[in-house]
Amino acid sequence: MKDGPVHGPRSLLPLRLDAVTFAVAGRRIVDNVSLLLDAGVRTVIVGPNGAGKSVLLRLCHGLLQPTSGRIAWSMPELPGEARRQAMVFQRPVLLRRSALANLTHALAVARVPRAERDARAREALRKVGLEPLAGHPARVLSGGEQQRVALARAWALHPEVLFLDEPTANLDPGATHEIERVIAAMHASGTKIVMVTHNLGQAKRMGDEILFLHQGRALERAPTAQFFKRPASPEAAQFLEGELPW
Amino acid sequence: MNDLSSAAAQALRLVAGADPKLFDIVLLSLRVSLTAVVLSCLVGLPLGATIAVSRFPGRQPVVVVLNALMGLPPVVVGLAVYLLLSRAGPLGALGLLFTPTAMVIAQAILITPIIAALSRQVVEDAWIEYREQLRSLGEKRLGAATTLLWDLRFSLVTIVLAGFGRAAAEVGAVIIVGGNIDGVTRVMTTAIALETSKGDLPLALGLGIVLLTIVLALNAAAYVVKETAQRRYG
Repeated sequence: MKDGPVHGPRSLLPLRLDAVTFAVAGRRIVDNVSLLLDAGVRTVIVGPNGAGKSVLLRLCHGLLQPTSGRIAWSMPELPGEARRQAMVFQRPVLLRRSALANLTHALAVARVPRAERDARAREALRKVGLEPLAGHPARVLSGGEQQRVALARAWALHPEVLFLDEPTANLDPGATHEIERVIAAMHASGTKIVMVTHNLGQAKRMGDEILFLHQGRALERAPTAQFFKRPASPEAAQFLEGELPW
Repeated sequence: MNDLSSAAAQALRLVAGADPKLFDIVLLSLRVSLTAVVLSCLVGLPLGATIAVSRFPGRQPVVVVLNALMGLPPVVVGLAVYLLLSRAGPLGALGLLFTPTAMVIAQAILITPIIAALSRQVVEDAWIEYREQLRSLGEKRLGAATTLLWDLRFSLVTIVLAGFGRAAAEVGAVIIVGGNIDGVTRVMTTAIALETSKGDLPLALGLGIVLLTIVLALNAAAYVVKETAQRRYG
């Protein structure tokens, strides 16, 4: 079974943001951001608290509408069509059903034929190492296991793009390692990764390129090694000094 | 005091001996109220969940009115249904007045707002937590409402029981549209009202004991279901 996303003439990517601004009560949380996200490289978004990282991710994913500016996919998803992008949140929201049923529910929403759902869901659970817990109620799993179920749910959908909003912020190092392994495997299977993290060690491990946000503006975008060695903006340099990279 | 204790003793004998008259009344009560609850759930749960996940102009007044309707006085509902179903009324031709069907209609009208308003509240609270995730998966409003109803099924049991309790315990609506006809539309509450005024305290008291026991047993069962489910499903 093919487990990667379907690329080709109908690919979503690249995603183009054109002077995107998101303001609440006059305060610009995302301020005039223009960028192009294309397939392949893993993009990690870093920046201080309140820089607008999570909001930018939600704008890209379509959970928020920009106040001004334009967000355009190369081949937009059509209304009524299954989504070809997925998002994993800081706190996983799982339904009061088994881990497996959480995945098959997502596949049903995505209009995957009933006959395929079970096999696809089990395959995804196997890839995150949770197949033995397929029948367990999802909400009583440990925090790390719940986040892996959330990742499996995203993976089962074979998304072209996966957005992650601090997926390991609430997890211990062991669980974090597991999550990072799964994200790397999804990347290897061809899914574009766009991740927000507070953990600079994680940014170094997981990012091919870094997008640095500061007060709602995209100040810098550079290959990971270059960003950490020679940040181009004084704000980024100050941010890297202030944060402990562990 | 002597009257009371002898009445209580007689009542217990009626209950323990499954007195056929008492048995019929209890059965009709359950039939009417359970049917009303089922109908109210078919309307009230989807209605409450849909309002919970929807944003439309005039939503706030709708919510306020829905909440206010929880306090509908049974006698007023009874009167309105009576006027609808009476010979001269718009639905008089159906000949439903003074039948169990009329009682089901009245009770369903009485408790649909309770089930809709309470489920609206429960679903809306959960919607805050689930909204981004469900929208991320591509769920539309109606799909999300269905998903939430199923996910909250254990909390909704309590709401459905509140509706049943209200239906089984009310007397004002069923006595107006049912008429308390012996063997046809006499239910526990109307029988208690009648027997008390007639002075047949044992039957009234016996029915009271049965009514309390049923409501208590159902709530105990719901509590156990909810606790077990919460431990199992989180």
